[in-house]
Amino acid sequence: MAVTTVSSADPPATRRSPGRAARRGHRGHPLAGFLFVVPFMVLFIAMILVPLGYAAYLSLFESKLIGGTSFVGLKNFAEALTDPAFLGGVGRMALFLVIQVPIMLGVALFLALAIDSGRTRAARSARLLAFMPYAVPGVVATLMWGYLYGPDFGPITQAFEAVGLQPPDLLGESSILGSMMNIVTWEYVGYNMIIMYAALRAIPTELYEAAAIDGASRIRIALSIKIPAIKPAIMLTVIFSVIGTFQLFNEPALLDAIAPVVITNGFTPNFYAYNVAFVNQDVNYAAAIAFLLGLVIAVMSYVVQLGSQRAERKVRR
Amino acid sequence: MTATMSSGGTASAAGLHKPRPSRHRRGRDRSTPLSIIVWALALYFLLPLVWLAIASTKNTGDLFSTFGFWFGDSFALWDNIQSVFGYKDGIFGRWALNTLLYAGVSAVGASFLATMAGYGFAKYRFFGSNAMFSIVLGAIMIPLTALALPTYLLFSSAGLTNTVWAIIVPSLVSPFGVFLMRVYAADAVPDSLLEAARVDGAGELRTFVQVAFRLMVPGFITVLLFALVATWNNYFLPLIMLNSSDLYPLTVGLAQMQSAGTSGGGGEVLFSTVITGSFISIVPLIVAFLFLQRYWQSGLSAGSVKG
Repeated sequence: MAVTTVSSADPPATRRSPGRAARRGHRGHPLAGFLFVVPFMVLFIAMILVPLGYAAYLSLFESKLIGGTSFVGLKNFAEALTDPAFLGGVGRMALFLVIQVPIMLGVALFLALAIDSGRTRAARSARLLAFMPYAVPGVVATLMWGYLYGPDFGPITQAFEAVGLQPPDLLGESSILGSMMNIVTWEYVGYNMIIMYAALRAIPTELYEAAAIDGASRIRIALSIKIPAIKPAIMLTVIFSVIGTFQLFNEPALLDAIAPVVITNGFTPNFYAYNVAFVNQDVNYAAAIAFLLGLVIAVMSYVVQLGSQRAERKVRR
Repeated sequence: MTATMSSGGTASAAGLHKPRPSRHRRGRDRSTPLSIIVWALALYFLLPLVWLAIASTKNTGDLFSTFGFWFGDSFALWDNIQSVFGYKDGIFGRWALNTLLYAGVSAVGASFLATMAGYGFAKYRFFGSNAMFSIVLGAIMIPLTALALPTYLLFSSAGLTNTVWAIIVPSLVSPFGVFLMRVYAADAVPDSLLEAARVDGAGELRTFVQVAFRLMVPGFITVLLFALVATWNNYFLPLIMLNSSDLYPLTVGLAQMQSAGTSGGGGEVLFSTVITGSFISIVPLIVAFLFLQRYWQSGLSAGSVKG
């Protein structure tokens, strides 16, 4: 996947005149380039590749109180694939992916287009307000929404009671997933909007000025010129959302304190891995879950890309 | 991510170097229905924070007995702030300083590392550079929380858990930052300028510090902001790495306060204290956002259009 970026940044080396620069390579001394990259790469290897390898290694073993640690091959993975707690969490995240992510990105795209179009009053302030939740830590956002949902002094309950209606139980079993989706949407619409908006601002105006002169409507311009032009940015937000969704941890971990019955310890796969590792003290099985989760994310990201490429080919044909 | 990488560089260069002037004259051409929808959405983002601000002015009695979106009979903001900072002999202030330390050091460090690496990848060719960059790019997709557990175990065997290093060192690595800076450096630093510096006899390091880095400052600040928010908001890593509450950042501290409040055990905390603590902890970041927001856009228009 890196291939295109690498080539797109290649300067036209063939045009160079021969001389000292060409001999040394116009890019400067290769060793210098290597030295610029080394500090990052050392930490990258130590903090990402080594832990990844270590997780893979751990996942192949099993520790028992009696008998100690023994090699069990892929047994942990086989166990996870039939573990209802793990599969339940993955299933909930799949629901998140098909319900929450489209809503969040749809709202973000709408806001980005509306603000970029110049037809919204006080668009700058609206943009700032939408972006503000991104500055709020997930922990605080979850605490805050937990109180807003709450039956004691939550304003939602208060409003229902004020007009004499039965307040909804937003922290109950049937609604907790939706309540969580709302928290995540609130947190990340602005972030995704900024990515899309930045891309919209970078479209050269000539691209759609002609269409406007030809009398194309603004909606038409948005759909057929602007959205296709920022497709790379939209894809980026989709992939980040896939990754973010399967990593959800803060929301279940904090809602657990106020809704302990409905937040099971496998509510999200990541929360499950945490509970297996630190509550059940089974690091081997937790490593297998974390590894499987990484695999699910990689596969999902790949499927998303593949799907978008196929759709693009269809349009071109 | 292939699709995201393949688009050309002209659009991003335009966005980068000469921001497009506003193409609509003021006051004309506004759409009322569109404005209403946009502002209804903006209220959705604002109202929870308004509630938090109002709730932090109430004592616990008013919190339960008065409507959430209006002030109570008492104005207890000052008392609440005092009880937040008085909680467990002033540990909240300690948490705030810890957060500043972790987020500040990690973000500055991560941005410098990412800027150097991005520059190295964009402007030099060396053995294995393409392979290395591909691996870094692939790592963007690795869920960091999947790594937190093995990282914890490694730190634990090295005796480094429950130290500041356990939070700072893992946060110094930002593969996305490297990606962003590589794209940014490729656009913002002209090769001809580097060549000129070399012809003038400047060493590679001096060229980077005095010529290239200046041109990369907007991208650097974007990465800095991302890293700052990521560390400031991080909960999972400090939760597993730290067990003495003196080292907690605000996120872990607040979560602990909340569970102490709901469990009703010995260390009971009033709701109003948790709410006010939450409010205090977000004020600095929101202020910083309002001042620095233009940098999000400038750095991102390079990163997102190309990548």
